[in-house]
Amino acid sequence: MKFGIMVSEGPYTHQASDTAYHFTEAALNNGHEIVRVFFYHDGVNNGTSLAVPPQDDRNITTRWSALAEKHNLDMVLCVAAAQRRGLLDKDEAKRAGKDASNMAQGFNISGLGQLIDAGIQADRLLVFGD
Amino acid sequence: MSTIKKFLYVNRKAPHGSIYALESLEVVLIGAAFDQDVSLAFIDDGVYQLLQNQDTSGIGVKNFSPTYKALGDYDINKIYVEKESLELRGLSKDNLMPLTWEDEDDDWAEKESIHVVSSEELSDIIEHQDIIFNF
Repeated sequence: MKFGIMVSEGPYTHQASDTAYHFTEAALNNGHEIVRVFFYHDGVNNGTSLAVPPQDDRNITTRWSALAEKHNLDMVLCVAAAQRRGLLDKDEAKRAGKDASNMAQGFNISGLGQLIDAGIQADRLLVFGD
Repeated sequence: MSTIKKFLYVNRKAPHGSIYALESLEVVLIGAAFDQDVSLAFIDDGVYQLLQNQDTSGIGVKNFSPTYKALGDYDINKIYVEKESLELRGLSKDNLMPLTWEDEDDDWAEKESIHVVSSEELSDIIEHQDIIFNF
């Protein structure tokens, strides 16, 4: 089956991104296709390369990055939601005149159209949120 | 893009106090460009999003409520508001913004977009969707 995944809550604060990750990993391991993982609302914070969680805890961002690399996952942060919350890739940082970017490996910034497109492409779209 | 799916946006939260209502509206507006079959539902505190005469000057955040009036221009005219949610909050349809659309198949007659439905009717509407976004 083809799944689209939407993650609506921030890492560590809320279970949603953990559950989304575990679902995505299990689906891939069972031969399903993930059309896209789309991060919205505070979910965009899953994609920051600057988070430094304690070493005895899971690292949510690097966990996503590793999964993306292993399975060639399409992981997208909503550009508007990301800009509001200070998540910038190199191009966006330059355009906004900021001195740093913080996009972790495997994450890309794109528009909300990618969320609608995931809904159109997928057999099921799952929203992980509050 | 030949596939047309039924998209339902479920709005459950008050317009202010969290960003969900505003960012939901942003998805709806972008999604309108994809020529899908779109419906909106407002339940629980989400019914407050459609209140008339909203004034956010006291809390220093943007009043985005006028944007709902543009939905008709985007061919978004199936807006369902749950009757029980309104009643629990002492509200009726009269407290909501009059949202309308123009029906090109009926000589551009102006029609109401808001439909107050019971939770049972709303269940049936939800049952018949392909994609449901929860905000």
